[in-house]
Amino acid sequence: MEEVLQNLEDKEIHLVTVTSVMGRGRQKGVSTVYRSHKEAGTLLKKIKLEIAVNDDYVKVAIDAIVDGGRTGQIGDGKIFILDLHECMRIRTGETGNIAIG
Amino acid sequence: MRMKGKVLLSALLVAGFSAMAGESAAAAPPAINSGDTAWLLISTAMVMLMTPGLAFFYGGLVRRKNVLSVLMQCFMLLCLMSVQWVLVGYSLAFGPDIGGIIGNLSWLGLTGVGQEAHSVYANTTPHLAFMIFQSMFAVITPALIIGAFAERIKFLPFCIFSLLWATIVYDPLAHWVWGDKGFLGTLGGMGALDFAGGAVVHINAGMAALAAALILGKRVGYPDKTSPPHSLPFAMLGAALLWFGWFGFNAGSACAANGLAASAFVMTNTAAAVAGLAWALMDLIFNRKATVLGIITGAVAGLVAITPAAGFVNPMGALAIGLGAGVICYFSVSFVKVKFGYDDSLDAFGVHGVGGIWGAIATGLFATKTINPGGADGLFYGNPMQFIIQLKAVAITIVFSFVASYLLFKLVDITMGLRVDTDEEKIGLDLTEHREAGYTMLE
Repeated sequence: MEEVLQNLEDKEIHLVTVTSVMGRGRQKGVSTVYRSHKEAGTLLKKIKLEIAVNDDYVKVAIDAIVDGGRTGQIGDGKIFILDLHECMRIRTGETGNIAIG
Repeated sequence: MRMKGKVLLSALLVAGFSAMAGESAAAAPPAINSGDTAWLLISTAMVMLMTPGLAFFYGGLVRRKNVLSVLMQCFMLLCLMSVQWVLVGYSLAFGPDIGGIIGNLSWLGLTGVGQEAHSVYANTTPHLAFMIFQSMFAVITPALIIGAFAERIKFLPFCIFSLLWATIVYDPLAHWVWGDKGFLGTLGGMGALDFAGGAVVHINAGMAALAAALILGKRVGYPDKTSPPHSLPFAMLGAALLWFGWFGFNAGSACAANGLAASAFVMTNTAAAVAGLAWALMDLIFNRKATVLGIITGAVAGLVAITPAAGFVNPMGALAIGLGAGVICYFSVSFVKVKFGYDDSLDAFGVHGVGGIWGAIATGLFATKTINPGGADGLFYGNPMQFIIQLKAVAITIVFSFVASYLLFKLVDITMGLRVDTDEEKIGLDLTEHREAGYTMLE
């Protein structure tokens, strides 16, 4: 996580939202034991990053995340790339590319 | 402040005077010893802290949505039982004897329970100090039962049940074992040893817990879909507070700041430690990892088991009792509960009931007069009779406590309904019973 954030910083991508989430992928959950009672554990703790960038920075951001986050094992996670319909900075009322920053 | 100074001064003068008078003044009222009194009062405060400690122990083990309900139940008992004890409880438990069964009502509202020492109970401290020390035992005992019905009981019926249980089950049993001329104990009874409450507190609460689990039934989703403990750090904090308070519980039960108190203190710590180790080892063997919940549960089981024995056994006895507690309670929680399928949510029976039974029986094995001349020798010190007495007392306690608790739970269940609706249970008791939330999402 620290590496990913550092990589993004190095590429001048400073604006990130980080959320702690639960989820599961192919590696499924992890089981835990409480007084010998085994909990199957269907979910894992994951971290979700939300980064809004202008088109020029999409490739840069993806590379930064992959470079910092890849271990080669199941559970490295996924990147979803979505088009943003519109963006507005509340403080100034600016919209579009300039608002994304 | 000036008043207090005067009282203390005169107490010291009395102590000095009777010391000079020596043996010849045996008939005079017993003198107050300031060291004994200070230790008993400090011990009282330490035992008081065990109930909030228990609240965090139990609170950490339930789901987030029920944490407040458990904290509230514990705190409510601190308030409720303190009042019950002052008004009627102390008189029923320790008041002048009626047939070895119960105290009479002459000490209602603490009438006649004053600053002078009582001739039998803690006779070097003010009677009031002994009374308040005992009150904290009356508080924590019903609180232990919470472990069995956590996450699914209605609050008001819980309060009514606890009040009835304290009056009809706890107070008489305390009288049988500790009351002057109670029929089970050492003050004119059959001579069962119970230093700090193996039978009165732990077997008693444990059997009531089993009755509660049987009557209330399982939680929705038990055993596969009840989430894990929501805060093991809370549970660990609670267990540590329990261990700390237990020094007051056991060493305070010497009712004096003397060698016996020091001995009970050492045995308490030793048994807790070895039981924690034993549980961690069992976890390693059966689950391949030592767990936090395991080691703290083991330590509590050790504290439970040493409670009746603390003032009667030597360090080897304490080690054996602690080891036995760790292993036996491990099996009761990990295998017996699973086999029989009852939902003792937080293992109040598995740890307190089973640990208390083991401790009370083991007292009959390991007790020795070299530690406490006022006690008795156990089986391993050439006195099999004591072992038989302990077995009898354990059997009587189990039967009385289970039957009486079962009937009381049934009574409250039929008249008020004990269990919350399924919907309420799913939403969580914090919101449905108390209209509060333990944790907020924002700010």
